Amino acid sequence: MLTVYGIALAFLVGAILYSSMVGAADLDPAGTAAALLDKLPLVRLHSDLTPLQQAVLFDIRLPRVLLGALVGGLLALAGAGYQGVFRNPLVDSGLLGSSAGAGLGATVAIVYLGGSGSGAVPAAAFAGALAGVAVAYVTGSIAAVGGARGGSSVGGSAVGLGTATLLLAGVAVGMFLTAVQTLVLQRSAQDLQQVYSWLLGSLAGAGWRQDLEILPYAAVSMLITLVHGRHLDVLAVGDEEARALGMNAGRVRLLVVAACSLAAASAVAVGGLIGFVGIVVPHAVRRIAGTSYRRVLPLSALFGAGFLVLADTAARTVLAPAELPIGVVTALVGTPAFIWILRSTRPVQA
Amino acid sequence: MNTAAPAPARAAALEVRDLDVELGGAKVLRGFSCRVAAGGWLALIGPNGAGKSTLLRAIAGLLPYRGRVEAGGTDTARLPRRELARLLAYVPQSPVIPPDMTVLEYVLLGRTPLLGYLAVPGRADRDAADRSVERLDLARFADRPMGTLSGGERQRAVLARALAQQPRLLLLDEPTSALDIGHQQQVLDLVDGLRRTEGLTVLSSLHDLTCAGQYADELVLLDRGATAASGPARDVLTEERIARTYHARVAVTEDATGRPVVTPVRRRPGE
Repeated sequence: MLTVYGIALAFLVGAILYSSMVGAADLDPAGTAAALLDKLPLVRLHSDLTPLQQAVLFDIRLPRVLLGALVGGLLALAGAGYQGVFRNPLVDSGLLGSSAGAGLGATVAIVYLGGSGSGAVPAAAFAGALAGVAVAYVTGSIAAVGGARGGSSVGGSAVGLGTATLLLAGVAVGMFLTAVQTLVLQRSAQDLQQVYSWLLGSLAGAGWRQDLEILPYAAVSMLITLVHGRHLDVLAVGDEEARALGMNAGRVRLLVVAACSLAAASAVAVGGLIGFVGIVVPHAVRRIAGTSYRRVLPLSALFGAGFLVLADTAARTVLAPAELPIGVVTALVGTPAFIWILRSTRPVQA
Repeated sequence: MNTAAPAPARAAALEVRDLDVELGGAKVLRGFSCRVAAGGWLALIGPNGAGKSTLLRAIAGLLPYRGRVEAGGTDTARLPRRELARLLAYVPQSPVIPPDMTVLEYVLLGRTPLLGYLAVPGRADRDAADRSVERLDLARFADRPMGTLSGGERQRAVLARALAQQPRLLLLDEPTSALDIGHQQQVLDLVDGLRRTEGLTVLSSLHDLTCAGQYADELVLLDRGATAASGPARDVLTEERIARTYHARVAVTEDATGRPVVTPVRRRPGE
């Protein structure tokens, strides 16, 4: 099992190195590696890069590459965590109202608060994502309690009642928020272009400031999610049996959903809506390393980080000097992968 | 009908007094009481909907109830969920089987109540899981996904998970309902062996009346949420009583050991 972590780590480091080298100005691989290693504590290496190349590497490329790694790791980890909580491999962190909430937040910021230049868009998207999940969660919990009181919690049906209701509430809240977003957009057609390009996701314009801004949220949400791998494995036998095994299923679900939503919201704030990473990466990981969330969670974070770094490299190089929206790249790769997964996985027991 | 002699000196591993359970506004159990000696086996019988599963879930702490449940002398309502799970293992009638989880991973879930919140299973937990996999003769399935097991193998895996919990009490809801007669006997023999070697106390519901009489020390017949009869099998399993509670036509005979055998009798044409 250690080898799988080794491969994942090598994949991520390789992706970071490769992405740091290619672009408008291609950098020499040995020089890039030396310059990067030189920054590590206790390592002193001489690099052949010119001062200009060093500036390109450290001021433009590296912050963007690291932001891609952070966003990819957060999205894949959040997707995996959600899939564990809802015991459904097709769930994504966007499903519980967070994508729609982020979309509405960003749209409101662009239309009413002076657009992307003001720095209000990431904050609004972040707040919108968390608010969307909170509304969906509260609505779903109230509905689930009402349903249980109706007397339908006999035997097996109690197993999926809470999660199914929660997901339905998430979908409904998402539709509602998207409708509000459309309404806002309708009244201000001149902002369409900007909102549209935000929705497709992009890491263009990334700098160290964005890295540092999401780092605390990323660290906290990743830590909380990663320590719950074993608990998600227990949830696989359903709420009632998890309770019979002494676990507080409701508390675990709330904690993991909160942490994963924070992860997704931080990613969305700086990257826009980037789809598919949260579904495709955990699935690929399950095929390599089995279904235990103790492995799926950390490996998803590592592979997701590497995957998004490569996707962003493609986004900024394929049509250079123009940039492709990164959401387009992940969807172009993600859709065929997703269909392949749908074909090759067993139906999940409800 | 119990003998007049005082109850044996063995301590009660499980004592239930005046249990009432309501589900969705309906009283599903009324005033249920029972006592199971340490190492004993009490079987719950009764028609569908009599309250057997509800009773087991209530004792497992999964349903709110009024009344008192004591395990090993401790009021279980006072125990945190995790400590209760160290005392008793509950196996539902249709356990949720994660199809892609390996048998060993599944059995390891039984260690959950013995692990701290942030702990991961260690050497001792893996050893315990290995032991219960061996005990239930699953060693060659250890790395197989649960979804590929047959009904009998699956039921053994579920029992192995319960055993890995190292409980004092086993609550089994219809442990043989999905099995053929050979696998029924295999599972019931296993449970019987566990209570003899590990000193486990067993409370189970069983739909097969003859089996219930063969394996359990005592039977409780539930009818519409209340105890209709209790005691040794030959006192509980009478033709007249089965006819009344199950609306069934049966003949009750005795096997070579004097235990009752319940045989269904078909309706004759023209009757």
